Order: sequence, then structure tokens, then C-alpha cells
Amino acid sequence: MARTTPEIPNASMADIAFLLLTFFLVTTTIPNNRGLSIALPPPPEAKPPEDVKIQERNMFKIQLNSSDALLVEGEPREDIRGLKDEIKAFVLNNGKDPGSSDNPDKAIVSFKTDRGTTHKRFIELLDIIQGAYYDIYAEQAGVTNEKFREAASDLTVTENKAIYDKGRAGIPLNISIADPTKVGN
Amino acid sequence: MAKFKKKNNVSQGIPTSSMPDVVFMLLFFFMVTTEMRKTTVEVKQSIPKATQLRKLLRKGLVANLYIGEPTKSDEFGKEPKIQADDVFIDTKDIVRWVNAQRDNLDELERDQLTVALKVDVDAKRGIISDVETELRKANARKLLYSALEDRTLKN
Repeated sequence: MARTTPEIPNASMADIAFLLLTFFLVTTTIPNNRGLSIALPPPPEAKPPEDVKIQERNMFKIQLNSSDALLVEGEPREDIRGLKDEIKAFVLNNGKDPGSSDNPDKAIVSFKTDRGTTHKRFIELLDIIQGAYYDIYAEQAGVTNEKFREAASDLTVTENKAIYDKGRAGIPLNISIADPTKVGN
Repeated sequence: MAKFKKKNNVSQGIPTSSMPDVVFMLLFFFMVTTEMRKTTVEVKQSIPKATQLRKLLRKGLVANLYIGEPTKSDEFGKEPKIQADDVFIDTKDIVRWVNAQRDNLDELERDQLTVALKVDVDAKRGIISDVETELRKANARKLLYSALEDRTLKN
């Protein structure tokens, strides 16, 4: 039986597909849900006017002024490369060096900026401070830094929660971001 | 003289019959990964780079605030502005905005709202800290400074 089957012309299918493809190529945006995560302190009025004395040795002061110049523990600093290791040494001092922190629980990294500091510089320094803490946590939990941050992103998984708790044990993330001073705007 | 026989029956074209398949495959990839922009960002957005990034898994729990110099600077001036959804807002409106964002969420998840601050590199800390103070007042204390992966700075 030689019956001619009716055919749909499909030569233009590629054209149509290309057209759709171009549309999606142009409109697509790769979503960026990544960044430096911090927790803000409680609301200003809810906080009791406490006057907690923090010993000088338990504070690691990092300051940025309105022209983005850096002051670490009162000393001007140009090169930021060694800073991460200094913070790590400060947090994990455990009273060895009398000029450094008593223990990781009391150690506070104080980060103060000016109203004129650029966001770029702020992120650069915050990245270093958080990096120091994540390195410490990752080492304590026995995983790599990347793995620890990945685990911290999803604590609903029991395995991740175990890594997170093991890393964080005894070492709170004491990063204090102070209200900026008012020189620049 | 040698005789060269011309071969007529060898086709020289590239087979195009599989082209639609290839194109469809690409098309499906983009269709699946694409995400329509809900807001038109009207401020400059050159996002800073960092290494210690954390990922937000639940997109529904994230509210975006864009901060930067307006792209139409002759109309809105050069001072950095805060954009939420499709409008510029003042710092004093942030508490109301946060509450509106919370209302969109399920009752059980209202305390899990994360505010993602998408801040231009040139914006100053002044305006950002004003926003942070308002967010603290609104008790939206989970914050994310949006940043891109910096592969050159690794260790």
C-alpha cells in the first residue's frame, strides 16, 4: 500500500527554536544569592544601657577612616596580607601572650568604620575577619573552609549541623561592627 | 594527461538535520535556569568581591534592598539611594517595608526573613549603617552583604 503520509514542514523549526533561544538568552539573569552573612545586634532601644568593661587585651581593634586608611590595634597599616593570621592568633591565644586575648569566648574583634568609608573597603576587611573565624571553625571541625561554609548554609541537614556545632564549639563569632563615626558622609 | 573524473554525487554540505535538536537542548537549558527579573534596578550595581561567601538556600525568605548612585543621576541626583522593589525609599520607610515583606511569608517563617543588601562598591558606610539601624528597629537582624566570588584572592 503506497500511501503518501502527510508531513509537516520542519525546515523552519530551527528558526523558531533559535528565536526562542535568543529570547531566553537575553532575558536570563543568573541569580546571585551569595554574600557575607552577618547578624545585626538587637534593636537599639531594647538593649539595656550596659556598661560592660572589656579588657583591652580582649579587643582586636580594626578601624577604617573616611579615606579608607586602615588602623590595626592603633597602628596604621598598608598591607593587609598578614591580618588574617594575626586575627587567628589573637582569637586562639588562650592567655599565652599576656598582650593578647584570654580565651576565644572573651575575644572580640572590633571593627569600626567612618560614615565616609566605601562599601568596597568595608567588605574587603569584613571578608578577612570572617575568613579568620571560618578558618578556625573549619579546622576545629576537621573540614575545609569551603565545606564548613557550605554546611553552615543549610543547618536543616543533620550532618551539616554536626559539622557546624563541632566547629563553633567554644568559639563564638565575636565580630562587633560599631556605629560609624561622622567625618565623611 | 591523466583523466580526472569529476565525482558529482559527493555531497559537501554540513548535515543540518540535527541542528534543531541542538538548539532545542540549549533552549531548554535556558528555559529551566532562567529567572525573570521582578524589579528593574535603578541604581548602580557594581557588587564587591569577597571570598568567604555564604549561600542563601531559600530564595523565598530573602528580601532585596539595592543601594547605590541612581543610574538616572540627572533626575535623581548623585547621592546614593535605597531602592526596594521598584521604588526609591527613605530610611524611615524601611521598618514598614520589612513588615510588608514579612506579611508575604508564612506565619511560621516570619522570623527567618533575611535582608540581602546589594550595595554598590562606591556607596558609603553612612547610608548603609542608617539602613542597618532601621533594620534593627524592625527586628530583621539576618543580613547578607551581597558579594561575588573572588577567585584571584583565594588564600
